[in-house]
Amino acid sequence: MIAEAGLAALWLAAAMALFQLLAGVLALRGQKALESAIAPAAVVQSVFVTVAFGCLVAVFARSDMSVMLVASSSNPAMPMLYKIAGAWGNHEGSMLLWVTILGLAGTTIALFERKLRADTKLATLAAQAAIALGFYAFLLIASNPFARLTFAVEPQGLNPLLQDPGLAFHPPTLYAGYVGMSAAFSFAVGALVTRNVSAEFARAMRPWILGAWIFLTVGITAGSYWAYYTLGWGGWWFWDPVENASLMPWLAATALLHSVTVLATRDGLRAWTIMLSVLAFSMSMVGTFLVRSGILTSVHSFAVDPTRGIFILALLGIYIGGALALFALRISTVTEGNRFDMVSREASLVINNLLLSVILVVVLAGTLYPLALEASTGSKISVGAPYFNATAGPLALILMVVLVIGPLLRWRRDDPRQLLDRVAVPVFAGAAALLLVALLGGKIGVLPLLGLVAATLVGAASLAPLWKRNLKRTPLFTYGMVIAHLGCAVSMAGMASDSAFTKENMVSMQAGETQAIGPFSVTLLGVRERPGPNFQSLDAVLSVRKGEGTPWEMIPQLHQFADQGMTTNQAAIKTLWNGQLYLVVGENTDGSHFLMRMWWKPFVTLIWLGGIMIAFGGGLSLIGRVRRDWWNNQWPWEWTRETAKEAAP
Amino acid sequence: MSARGLILALALLASPVLAQDYAEVSLPDARAEAQAVALMDSIRCVVCQGQPISGSNADLAGDMRRLIRERIAAGESPEQVRSFLIGRYGDWVSFKPEVKPITAPLWLVPLLALLGGGALVARRLQRRKA
Amino acid sequence: MNRKLLLWLPFGLCALLFVVFFAGLKHPDDHVIASQMVGKPLPEFTAGPAMPGQPGTASSDFKDGKPRLLNIFASWCVPCVQEIPMLIRLKAAGAEIDSIAVHDTTADLTKFLSQNGNPYTRIGLDEGGKAQIAFGSAGVPETFVVDGKGTILYQHIGVVTEEDMPKLLAMLEQAK
Repeated sequence: MIAEAGLAALWLAAAMALFQLLAGVLALRGQKALESAIAPAAVVQSVFVTVAFGCLVAVFARSDMSVMLVASSSNPAMPMLYKIAGAWGNHEGSMLLWVTILGLAGTTIALFERKLRADTKLATLAAQAAIALGFYAFLLIASNPFARLTFAVEPQGLNPLLQDPGLAFHPPTLYAGYVGMSAAFSFAVGALVTRNVSAEFARAMRPWILGAWIFLTVGITAGSYWAYYTLGWGGWWFWDPVENASLMPWLAATALLHSVTVLATRDGLRAWTIMLSVLAFSMSMVGTFLVRSGILTSVHSFAVDPTRGIFILALLGIYIGGALALFALRISTVTEGNRFDMVSREASLVINNLLLSVILVVVLAGTLYPLALEASTGSKISVGAPYFNATAGPLALILMVVLVIGPLLRWRRDDPRQLLDRVAVPVFAGAAALLLVALLGGKIGVLPLLGLVAATLVGAASLAPLWKRNLKRTPLFTYGMVIAHLGCAVSMAGMASDSAFTKENMVSMQAGETQAIGPFSVTLLGVRERPGPNFQSLDAVLSVRKGEGTPWEMIPQLHQFADQGMTTNQAAIKTLWNGQLYLVVGENTDGSHFLMRMWWKPFVTLIWLGGIMIAFGGGLSLIGRVRRDWWNNQWPWEWTRETAKEAAP
Repeated sequence: MSARGLILALALLASPVLAQDYAEVSLPDARAEAQAVALMDSIRCVVCQGQPISGSNADLAGDMRRLIRERIAAGESPEQVRSFLIGRYGDWVSFKPEVKPITAPLWLVPLLALLGGGALVARRLQRRKA
Repeated sequence: MNRKLLLWLPFGLCALLFVVFFAGLKHPDDHVIASQMVGKPLPEFTAGPAMPGQPGTASSDFKDGKPRLLNIFASWCVPCVQEIPMLIRLKAAGAEIDSIAVHDTTADLTKFLSQNGNPYTRIGLDEGGKAQIAFGSAGVPETFVVDGKGTILYQHIGVVTEEDMPKLLAMLEQAK
């Protein structure tokens, strides 16, 4: 019964979305009576879809094996957390989560958006309904998560790699980010339809972009750490097509975040900001398509049939193609925004946008060109880390240089000579770092070396906007910016340190043997076998010590899942203040010897710490902006001038 | 058996591990190992297809790691080993695209974006100045 | 530059993307990595005897003027079981089939061959996948057609089925 109720709720949600779309279109054409029905429709729609999602979680929690999806991707023996998270560990369920977040985003706009002009808000909600409707259709027609079992399926259980707390956290946050970008998209469509591209519009849209961007940042950071500890090879980013699919919306959203600031503060970059809003959501859709069409080879791919691919591709064509056509037709009626000087905050943000966009093009080209080449000529090539590091790496370094200068520039127009004074301290810090690494770091690659220098430079420069300021009166969003930029420096330092200083040792060990890794010595005390809830575990008990210090125990595990005939590595990770020791046990080679993979990764944790700082900074900005608008209830125009004054150093 | 072979055989017998299987075990020479690992990071696993062989549990990936370590220990350069593998499995096996006409768009498209975008930005900034 | 044209550029790029995706869906990735050794002489390899009383396989065996099939298989490979009856029929039709077993042991092979039959003239045990990599073989089962001078003519990837048999036989006939 729960499954049927879920399906019914999904149909009702779809009907509500249809009503919301039609009412929105009619209201914009002058049917004033319908205006007041649209926001409630959005709320009711989200209630229905949330109920549907709740039903899906319920059938998974209860292990209702008569539902096809549960039978094919869950297992009653799994711990409850994975049973629940398993609801979105498959194509249909994750798609339902997708539309649920979409519905909730629509409701949030309907209830909390107060700054947007009324007609633009109507158009925005109608656009949101149009997106939702397409995805409801996709679920109901091509991916029904509630279908009952009509023939016996081999129970697969959940892929062991996904049986991890990461599954409970990573997909929902990432989807909230992906789908949150639909808000920016709908805002942009709403603005185009009602010809309302203005600073005021930008200020209304900004918190939504910030919110989605925070989720994307957290989702990517979490996914990277999950891959790092779960795959057992010490890597944290593989330039896998699906990782790229999450990076691309993030790059577009980061560019958008900066351009919308120019639009909000200086009323410039009107067309470009609209363009980026469409682009950011396009990239989310492209990501969804890539994962679900089976078009690319990736560890993330769901097993899917091509008809679903055609369906999502059609949606992509309708929404993105439609929005871009609307853009081309309407944007020329939008007058050009304010002008700005070569040496100004705006100019640096434009260059930031240029570089982020080119990095996006690099990632897009590297991800899709092999596909295009194979489809057109049949030749197969692979594009991976060597390409992306060589192309996106230098661009990211240049971006870091812009990040040093940008926040120190005044809006409107600045004096280049004064700028030199302001960058003196960061440049000095960078030079010191260069010297230090050159003297102490030994022989390291050019890119990691420049990365460390850039990180120091940015780290010092990112604090500069707080220099000589009354810290109590500094607005929260300035702190947000400072922390987010500092996070970039921290993350880059971690990446550079990992690639420059990581020590690796792969050995074959027997009990009692000691091996060295970096400054540590690792002794294999013994190996024991132990049953887990739905797997058999091989635990290697290791004693680790640094020099003559107190030893501690580390227990890497090898889990064998009989259901899937799969083996997963559970790395043992010891986090120290200056890095992580990462130990993995492999197979037994000859009865007494065990393979052991060991890494010492100095400061690798900074990568994710930086990611969290970036998201936290975004959070502070968001709170700062929203609190300012709501509590002070000031007119946007007043606080713009104030912001401009305050934001300048 | 030559004298050198005999010494080698004795050394093998004396070592705690009779024969090191370099599929899963580092080379003793740190520099060679670093070269080997860097190469493994850029060779695609032909079985699991999504991962480099340095991060794959497939048997054939292990065989390729062994082959890479042994060849590099024997003095081959990483690029020689890469071209050996490309000679067997085609360009697909290398995550580092060869620079040749069919891969040109990989570099030209970003370059075009940089130049085109740069031109747009430059034009607008200059116009502002006037 | 014409501003109108510039404004339609994003739409154009989107359309291009659409075409690429559509083409990608029409030609889905077959996940097949073909060997680059087809048309080239056999690589040098030696795979020692896997079974007592049956010779191993080495590249020097392939230069006796007789075209033959080289089957790459393993006792742990499930689809390989389906293939054996086809190979037995090919043998009955006059094909000589040599083989290389990968990641395997004599004990497992003995069991596998006694259960499914043994169509092979030679069975070599591939140590460390050396021969498999030398052939550019990406998995099991795979079957290569090799002419009498030791040149690889063709690579069949996956299980040999009923439909594949005439083609393989014809290639062997032509190679004579």
